[in-house]
Amino acid sequence: MLQSVSDFLVITKRQLLQMIRIPEVLIFATIQPAMFVLLFRYVFGGAIDSGVDGGYVQLLMPGIFVQTVAFTLAATAVGLAADMQKGLIDRFRSLPISRSAVVIGRTVGDTLQNVVTLVVMGLVGFLVGWRPSSGPVKIFLGFLFLLAFGYSMSWIGVLIGLSVREERVAQNLVFMTVFPLTFLSNAFAPTTGMPKILQYFAEWNPVSTMVAACRELFGTENIFGATANSWPSQNPILMSLIYMVLLVAIFAPISVRKYVRVSK
Amino acid sequence: MKSIIAQNLVKTYDKGTVKALDGLSLEVEEGTVLGLLGPNGAGKTTTVRVLATLLTPDSGSATVAGIDVLKHPDEVRKVIGLSGQYAALDETLTGWDNLTMFGRLYHLNSAASKKRAEELLEKFSLTDAAKRPIRTYSGGMRRRLDLAASLIVKPKVLFLDEPTTGLDPRGRMEMWGVIDELVKGGVTLLLTTQYLEEADHLADSIAVIDTGKVIARGTADELKNQVGGERLEITVEVNQIAEATKLVEQVSGATPTVDAGIRKISAPVSNGSASLIQVLRLLDDAKIHPLDIGLKRPSLDDVFISLTGHVAEVVSEVEAGGKNATKRK
Ligand SMILES: Nc1ncnc2c1ncn2[C@@H]1O[C@H](COP(=O)(O)OP(=O)(O)O)[C@@H](O)[C@H]1O
Ligand SMILES: [Mg+2]
Repeated sequence: MLQSVSDFLVITKRQLLQMIRIPEVLIFATIQPAMFVLLFRYVFGGAIDSGVDGGYVQLLMPGIFVQTVAFTLAATAVGLAADMQKGLIDRFRSLPISRSAVVIGRTVGDTLQNVVTLVVMGLVGFLVGWRPSSGPVKIFLGFLFLLAFGYSMSWIGVLIGLSVREERVAQNLVFMTVFPLTFLSNAFAPTTGMPKILQYFAEWNPVSTMVAACRELFGTENIFGATANSWPSQNPILMSLIYMVLLVAIFAPISVRKYVRVSK
Repeated sequence: MKSIIAQNLVKTYDKGTVKALDGLSLEVEEGTVLGLLGPNGAGKTTTVRVLATLLTPDSGSATVAGIDVLKHPDEVRKVIGLSGQYAALDETLTGWDNLTMFGRLYHLNSAASKKRAEELLEKFSLTDAAKRPIRTYSGGMRRRLDLAASLIVKPKVLFLDEPTTGLDPRGRMEMWGVIDELVKGGVTLLLTTQYLEEADHLADSIAVIDTGKVIARGTADELKNQVGGERLEITVEVNQIAEATKLVEQVSGATPTVDAGIRKISAPVSNGSASLIQVLRLLDDAKIHPLDIGLKRPSLDDVFISLTGHVAEVVSEVEAGGKNATKRK
């Protein structure tokens, strides 16, 4: 047991080392969301009538935080596909380490990367007027929620990365799925403008429940949601928790199984 | 004692249409080197992957260091080292990072893994490159580091899949030197290769495989003799072909083959360089000065053509090469 903890820590440490050895990767991973903050804040911020105290940026920040951590799925999938392609996964599989060490190490490593990204985004947000008003405990809980959501999305990424085996394919596949998921939500604009059927989808979308939950935890009224009055949009925190538990409960065992038999 | 035993391994792909292994059996005596020789697509990598616990065969059984590969893969992983056909390293990390990481994964403590990394870098002449990322390494350096990583805990049984494919001649010589050293240390080694010459140099015995089966086994000399041993080849001026052919026949004892177009005469000889000298003397006495003369040892192609009746290499290179290329770079 202790041994398997140390195994996955070694894999996690490998990822932290990668960040040190090629800092460009982390820098770009951080600049991109920071740029999104600025673009949305100044391009759409004027056009969208937010109607909340402090303006659009209060609604925007939770949306962009959730979009960023949702992309952990992509980071994990692409990273693992690259390892598959290079034969590193084979080497790991020939070592006397626990069967879950490599994939747990990866998901934890990607989550730690999110910590850095979220801190930078939070600071950029603050500079352009984001002022969470719920007090330190709830703000902390909000960030914890974001990390937990990113972690559970990461497990879908494990399955995708091990299944497609090629970095490029993984990249295209995840961007094609995660981008629509984050835009078919209440993250950047109210869902009211969508056709009714999409409204329902958007309200059940885990991205929306997460955004709504974070708005609540950061102390902003979620005026972009709940137009169709669905249960998830009224209980976003609970629903998000259920989604996270479900994602991990379903994808972690399947992914570990996949890892064990990955070579067919 | 046998360190590796494989019995009737079968592995098919694409719903049985591709037979990667078709009843492959082999044995390796403890402390010896077996060269698994075969062209692209013969099943070498598949064999190694089954024995190294990475792949479950459809049927058949195998033991490594006395441990059942299918029943106790975890135990097998503790005693083997594997260096695959493509260097499997973290390209962004340095050589040092890679070795210490694998050391930790072999459950050495921090100090021990550092010490071992230092030893191995020294042994493989990589100390100077230790702090550079792998992506700046040459092909030969990568292969050496990959091999070093498979030796971290002094494995009982080592698998090397095409350790010199893709290396330039110098890289190949260095690799041979390194492997020679290892073998002196007494490890049991299964090595795959496409080159008879390499198997000849490194292995105690050779198993030739084609289409997933062992089709011949023996030492390099035994295999070559099976094909007919060495041939003497000389090239002379057109007007001297008839006379030179007579002299060659005198030494060889067999009727030489003559290719008039390129003015080449060739014939099997039994005692190599002695025959060469003898022919040279006769030619000299007859005032014939050959344009070119030499002994030709049978190549893998010759062995293959004689064993299977077909040239395996060309056909499957396209097919297997294409597949591998999409699988990994
Ligand atoms: N994952 C796979 N899917 C389909 N066919 C495969 C797979 N792996 C290997 N093969 C096929 O099995 C045969 C043996 O492959 P391999 O063991 O890699 O040969 P070698 O290492 O001797 O070049 C080849 O025809 C190859 O195309
Ligand atoms: Mg191969």
